Amino acid sequence: MLELKNICAGYGKRQILKDVSIFFDKSELVTVIGPNGSGKSTMLKAAMGIIPLISGEVCIDGENTNNFSRQQTAQKIAYLSQGKNVPDMTVSQLCLHGRFPHLSYPRRYTEKDKSIVSSALKQLGISALANRPLSSLSGGMRQNAYIALSLAQDTDYILLDEPTSYLDISHQLELMKTVKTLAKQGKGVVAVLHDLPLAFAFSDRIAVMKDGEIIATGPPKEIYRQPLIREVFGVELDYLEQEKSYRYKYKL
Amino acid sequence: MNSSSKSCLANKRIKILYTVGFLLLVVSALLGITLGTTSLSISEIVESFKNGFSTAGGKIFLYVRLPRTAASLICGSALAVSGAVIQGVIANRLASPSIIGVNSGAGLAVTLCTALGIYGGLRLSLFAFLGAFTAVMAVSLLARRIGASRGTLILLGVAVNSFLNALSDSVVTFIPEVGVMSNDFKVGEFSSVTYSRLLPATVLISLSIIILFTLTNELDVLTLGEDNARSLGMNTSLMRTLFLMLAAVLAGCAVSLAGLLSFVGLIVPHAVRRVAGSKASRLLPLSAIFGGAFVCLCDTGARTLFSPYEIPVGIIMAFLGAPFFVFILIKGKGGHTLA
Repeated sequence: MLELKNICAGYGKRQILKDVSIFFDKSELVTVIGPNGSGKSTMLKAAMGIIPLISGEVCIDGENTNNFSRQQTAQKIAYLSQGKNVPDMTVSQLCLHGRFPHLSYPRRYTEKDKSIVSSALKQLGISALANRPLSSLSGGMRQNAYIALSLAQDTDYILLDEPTSYLDISHQLELMKTVKTLAKQGKGVVAVLHDLPLAFAFSDRIAVMKDGEIIATGPPKEIYRQPLIREVFGVELDYLEQEKSYRYKYKL
Repeated sequence: MNSSSKSCLANKRIKILYTVGFLLLVVSALLGITLGTTSLSISEIVESFKNGFSTAGGKIFLYVRLPRTAASLICGSALAVSGAVIQGVIANRLASPSIIGVNSGAGLAVTLCTALGIYGGLRLSLFAFLGAFTAVMAVSLLARRIGASRGTLILLGVAVNSFLNALSDSVVTFIPEVGVMSNDFKVGEFSSVTYSRLLPATVLISLSIIILFTLTNELDVLTLGEDNARSLGMNTSLMRTLFLMLAAVLAGCAVSLAGLLSFVGLIVPHAVRRVAGSKASRLLPLSAIFGGAFVCLCDTGARTLFSPYEIPVGIIMAFLGAPFFVFILIKGKGGHTLA
């Protein structure tokens, strides 16, 4: 279990997160929603150790991450940032870097690493893209390539900061299905999302953030029943139950 | 064409590049040793080994051509690798040791050393490294402090460059005897290379290049962006500083040998990147090979084109480098897509 216990964090003197406590389990997809500036991305960065904590602690399976080196943390948690560079490399070269935390100096990727990357690409159905340069891919394909990188990293937890940004709706749905599958396969997946119907449709649990605090967590139906969404976002959601499925949509 | 045959083709292209590069390196070294105001034949050079370099040709080979050719190969490699590293670390392909102030920092240090009577040896190389490192760290820290974009970073480099050049010029103004060396130094030339200057610089450059060749994956991971690199367990601040330090050793030592050679660090990595891609494990060795060959050929041209007159190699390199720089700007539509 990945636990954030009473963490306060921010950038320089500006504190963003205020006493945030939340846990993420393996085999579940948790989405974090909240207005711009509510601290969603900051929370993921603090969990990953990218920004220092002012107070509180992050624990993995009960052990404080302060006891881990950066490399050890990267062997347990993968993180994909919101703004991704498009480096001049192929998909397989990118994914090989997912093995980086598992190697020691001088880091040379082995046949075993290459076979792990090959499996990751296969799992995401993008083996055919292996030798394509990242710059030649569409946004959706590129996002999948980055997810393959985090799969190759072979961690228990994957933190995704706005993975659906800049994707058209069909690619958003494809990506969320992929992410959901990863959770079903045993990974603990945390995704920051802006699209509420998408978050409610795919998540096992939703965390709602506002002004640097987590104001609610729970299964989508539970969050839906509360008047929270209107209070936080100023919009309303409709829940439509159909024969064999359900969906959420904005009430216009 | 499927992806595995594409990969085979790419590997074949890289092998061809290495072969061409090595051949070019050998040819440029041979031309560098044999051509000049007094031409030397290979047989004459072989003969001079047997008679202990006692002939005029043997002495020219041992004391003039050999150190000069070696220095041009080593400086070319050092500056090209330094440029490739700096471009990767600060994520800007317009960056190079001569553009972001690294060479000027080393230049100021060498000018100060000359004013203090230090003309060669390890001390000169170390001071040149310190100057180069101070300059690159100043640009890097200022850029981080103001949250500079990639374009602004180049402007910062230009500002630091101007400031450091003004300091060098001030030293030359107040201590005119330094100026005798300074004119050649500013454009870059190899005529004053001696073994006492060549050896310490060669050792430092070789060590830095070897270390850099073991850190190619780290350099590639840095290009994924700050957060992604950190999330892969990299201490990005430490790695950036280490890379800039090694790049400064390379540029500083090259400047201590040959003066302010411009554009090598820009042209060569760019040309290599266009053919071989940006993967550091290919970019760095190929830049070293082609950088060495390029500077050696330019120096041979500088000595022979207007023989018996010799023009500083920096002039030839600037004539080639400036149009190439403009070409990059045009291709990159003002720099937006360059980084």
